[in-house]
Amino acid sequence: MAQTTDCNTPTSSRHGKPVSTQIELLKRLATQPKAIIGLVLLILFFLMAIFSPLLAPYDPHQYVGLANQAPSAEHWLGTTGQGQDVFSQLVYGARVSLFIGFTVGILSTLLGLIVGLISGYLPGLVDGVLNVFTNVFLLIPGLPLLITLASFLPQGMVTVILVLTFTGWAWPARTFRSQMLCLREKDFVSASVVSGEGMPRIVFSEILPNMLSLVMSSLFGAVIYAIGSDAGLAFLGFENVNVISWGTMLYWASNSSALLQEAWWTFLPPGLCIALVSFATTMLIYAMDELTNPRLRSEKEITRVLKKYHITSRRSTPVLNEPIE
Amino acid sequence: MNPSNESTLDIRDLRVNYLTTRGIVKAVNGVSFQVKPGEVVGLAGESGSGKSTIAHALLRILHPPAVISGGQALFGGQDIMKMDDAELEAFRWQKISIVFQSAMNALNPVMKIRDQLADVMLHHGIDKAEAARRSVELFNLVGIEPARLDSYPHQLSGGMRQRAVIAIALALNPPMLIMDEPTTALDVVVQKDILEQIDLLRKQLGFSILFITHDLSLLVEISTHICIMYAGEIVEKAPARRLFERPQHPYTLGLMNSFPSICGDKQRLTGIPGSPPDLVTPPSGCKFHPRCPRAMNICSRVAPVTTQLTPDHSVACHLIGNGGQQ
Amino acid sequence: MTTKDHETTPLLEVRGLSKEFPVGHFLNPKKVHAVEDASFAVKRGQVVALVGESGSGKTTTLRMIARLIPVTRGEIFFKGTNVVKSEPRQASLDYRRQVQYIFQDPFASLNAVHTIEHHLARPLIIHKKAFGRQEVHEHVCDLLETVELKPADVIASRYPHQLSGGQRQRVAIARALAVDPELILADEPISMLDVSIRMGVLNLIHRLKEERGISFIYITHDLASARYIGDDIIVMYASHMVEGGSSDAIMSQSTHPYTKLLLSAVPDPRASLRTDKNGKARGEVPSLIDPPPGCPFAARCPYVKPVCRKVMPAPVTVAENHWVRCHLLAGK
Repeated sequence: MAQTTDCNTPTSSRHGKPVSTQIELLKRLATQPKAIIGLVLLILFFLMAIFSPLLAPYDPHQYVGLANQAPSAEHWLGTTGQGQDVFSQLVYGARVSLFIGFTVGILSTLLGLIVGLISGYLPGLVDGVLNVFTNVFLLIPGLPLLITLASFLPQGMVTVILVLTFTGWAWPARTFRSQMLCLREKDFVSASVVSGEGMPRIVFSEILPNMLSLVMSSLFGAVIYAIGSDAGLAFLGFENVNVISWGTMLYWASNSSALLQEAWWTFLPPGLCIALVSFATTMLIYAMDELTNPRLRSEKEITRVLKKYHITSRRSTPVLNEPIE
Repeated sequence: MNPSNESTLDIRDLRVNYLTTRGIVKAVNGVSFQVKPGEVVGLAGESGSGKSTIAHALLRILHPPAVISGGQALFGGQDIMKMDDAELEAFRWQKISIVFQSAMNALNPVMKIRDQLADVMLHHGIDKAEAARRSVELFNLVGIEPARLDSYPHQLSGGMRQRAVIAIALALNPPMLIMDEPTTALDVVVQKDILEQIDLLRKQLGFSILFITHDLSLLVEISTHICIMYAGEIVEKAPARRLFERPQHPYTLGLMNSFPSICGDKQRLTGIPGSPPDLVTPPSGCKFHPRCPRAMNICSRVAPVTTQLTPDHSVACHLIGNGGQQ
Repeated sequence: MTTKDHETTPLLEVRGLSKEFPVGHFLNPKKVHAVEDASFAVKRGQVVALVGESGSGKTTTLRMIARLIPVTRGEIFFKGTNVVKSEPRQASLDYRRQVQYIFQDPFASLNAVHTIEHHLARPLIIHKKAFGRQEVHEHVCDLLETVELKPADVIASRYPHQLSGGQRQRVAIARALAVDPELILADEPISMLDVSIRMGVLNLIHRLKEERGISFIYITHDLASARYIGDDIIVMYASHMVEGGSSDAIMSQSTHPYTKLLLSAVPDPRASLRTDKNGKARGEVPSLIDPPPGCPFAARCPYVKPVCRKVMPAPVTVAENHWVRCHLLAGK
């Protein structure tokens, strides 16, 4: 009576090339082309954020030129509606945006993990209560809740992080709970029970390592959510607009009627940065998917083989007439 | 419909490879045997022996990265390996059809059995009324009440589902049936019922069967001839009773030493040590030599040729070339 | 306890063990009667084979004894103590040390992310059989050699997917042995292995019984392997135990019509002289959801009497160590 579902863990050796442990998974991930693209981009952005004092030619807050100047040799990305240097704002803004994005990503994944694992493993009342709790947070419309909370809490980065985590943990919790429900029924878990293993060790040492790929995917997804929501909140003016981030740059651009002024350089760069970071993170998710979904992996293999031997028909088993090396 | 002499399946030196990133897997490495009209030929082997691959290859339903890399499969004067898609369409199900291991893999869970049965027939040009009439006839043949035609697969028991799959395989009255582990997933009592039914049908309709399984004791009871496969090659071929009474190849002997009996003296059986080989880097010489209790020096260097002991009993083993065993 | 008590008290005794699962929904609740009134005993150093087709209740019975699922009714006596009463919610660590389990699927019962060393070290550490890395490692290698996995050092550092099915199952046996158990519950341990390696694993189990006096409950659907390794055999049908006794008695003097049907259905070319004169028992296993009263085999039995559909027959002793539940014998 074999178990037919593998709970989406990439460790079954029945599907093509086995990925023995989740650590090996991470190593393999680093060699996937999509992952490399994503990682390189992210690293570039992080470097930009870290070295912003060295990269920025001007103080981003200062008025250093005439307003709404187009990009030039002095101001690579032109000036804002207030006469500040856009390029300097961009590199400094990366710090805030990336920090909020990744902090919220990590915190909401952690919170979701704790709730999801516990509610998935303990049946009955505990699961029932936590599940209802999770569902409530899933159902409440995100943006209105975000706005409501942000508007009456004191403005500041801590508030933003708290608010975004508060609205972002429920989805990972739900995902992890489902995975836990599936893995809990596996024979190796029962075997640990029979060996006398206690619940905490079973959950964290036996089951959690099997969920590593899912946790990483959720983390990336949470980061994308956080960066986008942060930008959205800032754009709507619910954050401290004197702090420079990509989102507040958009707020100021809109405030200064950038579109009317045809000052594309004030909103396009921050928007593009947000999009690129999301794109890079998405690439990592795709790479993870490919690694963990055996069918995606073998599809690529098959296409490569067919091309190599010039096989066109895919309906019937092809017959090769030349000997193969 | 009487099967003509043209419905002999003649496989000659068939080779099937899987082209994987790890290397080329020689799943079937030069297999030759025949299935004559009315015969039941058993193909016995364990995992990695290539028996299932042959079944799928004969209908050309293997997916890339599998390729047929050599040999012929002649049926009714045509070589299956040379047919194009159009010829294969006409060939499949009308000349040779197949019963798979798990009925739930073969049946569509959201379609009624009636529709699945009709589907096959309509696709081959039979009109609706005739298909409906034939469906009832087929169900009677396999021993299910025709009223169950309107059930979904999950509403039938395991045994009935497998009978339904057999009915679908017989829809166009093919002269030959391939059965790939048809009863492995069933309980032993149901298995016996189904096998008796298949025997009855065979006597009634006259088709030949290529029966694939790992259960050698089953094959000895139901086949006329048996081929023992190991790591993609046939190591011994003989009529069923003769194979049981006078097995020659050490692997055959080892296999027989793996089935405890329900009667007679209780003996200590040993099975075979080790495990089936990796087909990307198979052992040199005779592929069985690492596990063979009687391996000689030559066995690891040279692959054995097939020796014909009697016109219908052949073995591929160095021991046989040099005096052999009794 | 005196020596005499020690010898006569069976290691494990199960009385009236039953398991029901709720199915259906709120408005139409139903119950699946997975196991009904299972009673048997296992002596020290004995292998009891539990034989039955799929759905007969054998795995559920085993899981109850392993305390992996709760018992609906009935009692489990281990070394004379009623464990369902003394440890109602969870099995004690003591019980877990003495009663171990081997799963059917060698791929699924090992955790793919941990090495073989980890799998064997955990029970050693939990039950304080070894302390410190070096000692644990030595024990692990000893265990691997006991189950004939060599070289032990190399195997210990491997991951499950790097071993073959037969090797994995031996690791599962080693894991069960790590705590020095008295009883091992084996759930179809060879049915998912290649044919040629099954005997090796069965012979290992036999050797462990002979050399270490470990008792086994061995579940299978294959009567032949039950005969090969079992001292006693119990036949289950549709959640009931219908016949039981010594392996010889069941094989050569089977009484219950279902046992006879099972025997006649096993393919065995050496048994060509079997006569098949039981009459055809048509039909299939009945549903276990809210089953009707009486013997579950009544619907298919060629010798059925009216009483069979009303009352489940009580066990009748046919000979020493041979009992059967069938109305055909009730009158004798």
